Amino acid sequence: MEPIVLPLINMRAVLPELMVVVTALVVLLTDLALGKDNKTPLAWVTLLGLATSFLASAGIWADGVAEHAFNAMIVVDRFSLFFTGLFAAAAFITVLISVNYIRLEGINYGEFYVLILLATVGMMIMAKANDLMVVFLGLETLSVSVYVLVGFLRNSLKSNESALKYFLLGAFSSAFLLYGIAFIYGATGTTRLPAIAAYIQSTPLLASSPLVLAAMGLLLVGFGFKVALVPFHMWTPDVYEGAPTSITAFMSVGVKAAAFSAFLRVFLSSFASLRPDWTMILWVLSAVTMTLGNLVAISQENIKRMLAYSSIAHAGYILVAMTAGGSLATTSIIYYLMAYTLMNLGAFAIVILYGKKGEENILVTDYAGTGFKYPWLSAAMAIFMFSLAGIPPLAGFIGKFYIFSAAVKQGFIWLTIIGVLNSLIAAYYYLRVTVVMYMRDPVKEVGNLSFSLPMIVALLITTFFTLHMGILPSRYLQIARASIEMLM
Amino acid sequence: MTNISFDILSVLIFLPLVGILLIVGVSREKPAVIKGITFLTALLNFLISLLLYRAFDSTTHEFQFTTTVPWVEEYGISYHLGIDGISLFLVLLTTFLTAISVIACWKDIQEKVKGFMICLLLLETGVIGVFVSLDLFLFYIFWEVMLIPMYLLIGVWGAPARRIYAAVKFFLFTMFGSLLMLVAILVLYFYNHSVTGTYTFMLEDLYKLSIPYGMQIWLFLAFALAFAIKVPMFPFHTWLPDAHTEAPTVGSVMLAAVLLKMGTYGFLRFNLPLFAEATIAFVPLMSVLAIIGIVYGALVCIVQKDLKRMIAFSSVSHLGFVVLGIFALNIQGLEGGILQMLNHGFSTGALFLIVGMIYERRHTRLIEEFGGLSKVMPVFATFFMIVTLSSVGLPGLNGFVGEFLILLGTFRANAAYAVFAALGVIFAAVYMLSMFQRVMFGEITKEANRTLKDLSLREVCVLLPLIFFIVQIGVYPRPFLSRMDATVKHLITQVESKTSRRGAEVKMVSTVTGARHERTGDR
Repeated sequence: MEPIVLPLINMRAVLPELMVVVTALVVLLTDLALGKDNKTPLAWVTLLGLATSFLASAGIWADGVAEHAFNAMIVVDRFSLFFTGLFAAAAFITVLISVNYIRLEGINYGEFYVLILLATVGMMIMAKANDLMVVFLGLETLSVSVYVLVGFLRNSLKSNESALKYFLLGAFSSAFLLYGIAFIYGATGTTRLPAIAAYIQSTPLLASSPLVLAAMGLLLVGFGFKVALVPFHMWTPDVYEGAPTSITAFMSVGVKAAAFSAFLRVFLSSFASLRPDWTMILWVLSAVTMTLGNLVAISQENIKRMLAYSSIAHAGYILVAMTAGGSLATTSIIYYLMAYTLMNLGAFAIVILYGKKGEENILVTDYAGTGFKYPWLSAAMAIFMFSLAGIPPLAGFIGKFYIFSAAVKQGFIWLTIIGVLNSLIAAYYYLRVTVVMYMRDPVKEVGNLSFSLPMIVALLITTFFTLHMGILPSRYLQIARASIEMLM
Repeated sequence: MTNISFDILSVLIFLPLVGILLIVGVSREKPAVIKGITFLTALLNFLISLLLYRAFDSTTHEFQFTTTVPWVEEYGISYHLGIDGISLFLVLLTTFLTAISVIACWKDIQEKVKGFMICLLLLETGVIGVFVSLDLFLFYIFWEVMLIPMYLLIGVWGAPARRIYAAVKFFLFTMFGSLLMLVAILVLYFYNHSVTGTYTFMLEDLYKLSIPYGMQIWLFLAFALAFAIKVPMFPFHTWLPDAHTEAPTVGSVMLAAVLLKMGTYGFLRFNLPLFAEATIAFVPLMSVLAIIGIVYGALVCIVQKDLKRMIAFSSVSHLGFVVLGIFALNIQGLEGGILQMLNHGFSTGALFLIVGMIYERRHTRLIEEFGGLSKVMPVFATFFMIVTLSSVGLPGLNGFVGEFLILLGTFRANAAYAVFAALGVIFAAVYMLSMFQRVMFGEITKEANRTLKDLSLREVCVLLPLIFFIVQIGVYPRPFLSRMDATVKHLITQVESKTSRRGAEVKMVSTVTGARHERTGDR
């Protein structure tokens, strides 16, 4: 019998994750000591933990060393560190916009923060995975936490319904993913990403063998569910509508980005040599995803549903870049995810601010006349909407610009034209929010808004970056480019 | 000639933004202060832009007052500004009309003053940015940025009935065109990279490219679509009557006088020099569309009941002349076109102001509601008369010079076009004069019109500067034309040198295009 050799444990490689896990444990324990009505200190602990995790990611990112750890199960490169930083930031802003919200909704429990932290860890593991099993591990950690979070409004029927829906469909899609992993293992004898790539490359005959192609298809479906590509998007609007609004925000940026991080790594590194086989599929998927997401978003009255459909469309734009391929395309995806995270969280922050207990002001028409009543808030909302629509000089425009330029560079002119026409459709429904805010007379009182300090901080952060990333994109593009250098 | 030691174009772009920052700090309870700051900002910007006029060197076609700051260096994006004989006057027109607009809306705008003034200044920034950007990326940014304030001006301060419809239609029409232009910009950018190996959006570098004919056709179409919607040329004009009719007076003024010029400017700055061969190939199409616009616009004007709607359609007709002049591709046509852009700015701007003035008094714009106004408002009648005649193209006023040059240029290029276009001049006289007669002369049929007040001092101050230019250009257009000469001549050589370089090749491809080539060669 071979002796069991313990792999070298490199704690630095998992420093960001470790910090989040430790924070989760601290929160869990402190929760016991706090009274029932006073859970807010937990938020500060959570924020502190996420901030240190972000700084740790940034610090290791700046060092720029790529290494494997835990017996090469995980990979620490700038690509994965970028994502861990992004997840920490997204979770940070999510907590900021949640503090007051969960108090109003009467769900101010310590578990809320713990689950957000654990979901974040799951995302981070997904981004760092160097092995399909680890991808799955991360995905499940993430998903289980989010299933619970979606149903956190436990007295709301809608929230419960969406949690169950998400759970069933999520489990279903996980099965697809697992099936794909099993096929891959069957075909190549390994679940290591680099080993899969090497195997496919070195055995060209087998490369097109049915087993590998089937595995690829199954993985595509699995990831497609998680990033909500059409036709695997059915769960998105219902779940996004029923979940607590801050969790919807978290899902639309965090879960999506996490799924994309693994999706990108698997398809761009392991299946890179099969590109001719999957380009056409992604081409069609991206065209359908953008178009359906945008068209259906037009007719949504509920702003959460509208943002849900629009998030489907945004996944479609990202897929355009994935279809195109090349370093410019991957850079643009990284930049886009950054921009999308900030602007979408900003938009949701405002939805939370207007929506009171029991989701009062949740229809687009409820925003009527707020434009001149709350000039600053409405200006911020207008900025987020214009940015999501891709109007310069905002972050969303630069993101779309780079995605489309990557597509043009690789000769995907028609896909680009479909993409820009979709931006036009999207402009219509984002514009509608500004129309309602500024041009319609109020139909009802939105009542006094309860501004809280964390919320204001969140709005300041998101607004600042939406503008800054649009006007001075150089620095962010450099970050994006540096992040993919080692992946290529 | 004076030397300007500071970056004057950037000042022109960013000064309105400074004004916005000041306004934001003022309480909304003090509308007079807000209006005052806006006016001073706009006036200061106009005075600074006058320096441009003084310091402009009319002997060169090179871009002047240029600034280049790398912006996103690794992708070849730069903050690159400069003007030539084409954009000089458009910048002046913009700063001039913004200042006029602030006084014009002093009484009109009473609600949400702060937002209105912010939009107006932001619009000025966007429009000046469009006219002075020499980097395609920067140009596109300003092109889109200016959409938002205009959209808000129409949608928030417009006529209650259909303002939202008009605002959204305006926004989506323009965006449709510009998005396809964005794709074309990207194609051009990567083509340039594949040929020269450098990434750049700089216009001067892209001018040097020689683009394959087939690609030129597509790129020309994509750019032309964006500009044709903006101009607007027939059949993309349908947003214009709605936008104009619903917009507040000042919105209409800025829209007609300045924003429409962005379309014709785009043809001059991008389509002609970048896609010279395609330009030649599309001369018949563009000219015919322009003529349809001229005649159709004029005919529709004749049956309009609403004054503002009529002036809106007259813009379609007038801008048709400008496009026709541009695609005559000779010096008379081009200079006439550019001059007519200014003329239309002054005349139509003044017309919209005048309609706004009677609307403020009567709250209606229907022609049938008026009649005999000249008796109660003699000063108003005088101004209105001058502007009407200028729009009709009476010799001695500005409209004549522009239209004459355009028709002259068109006649040299293709006599048939000129004949049809001249119809538009006749129709213009029909609808403008009959409108004037119905509104101003005859008996006073409506009691409400008997007590109308004549123009106030403020209103006279608004119209006088416009009248000054209407007469000045009509009598002595030399200072304007002389500053365009070098640029226009260079533009023509740009088009011709590019087409002759590959003339033989094109001839082989198509005998039709070849025949056209010989004709252009005759000039």
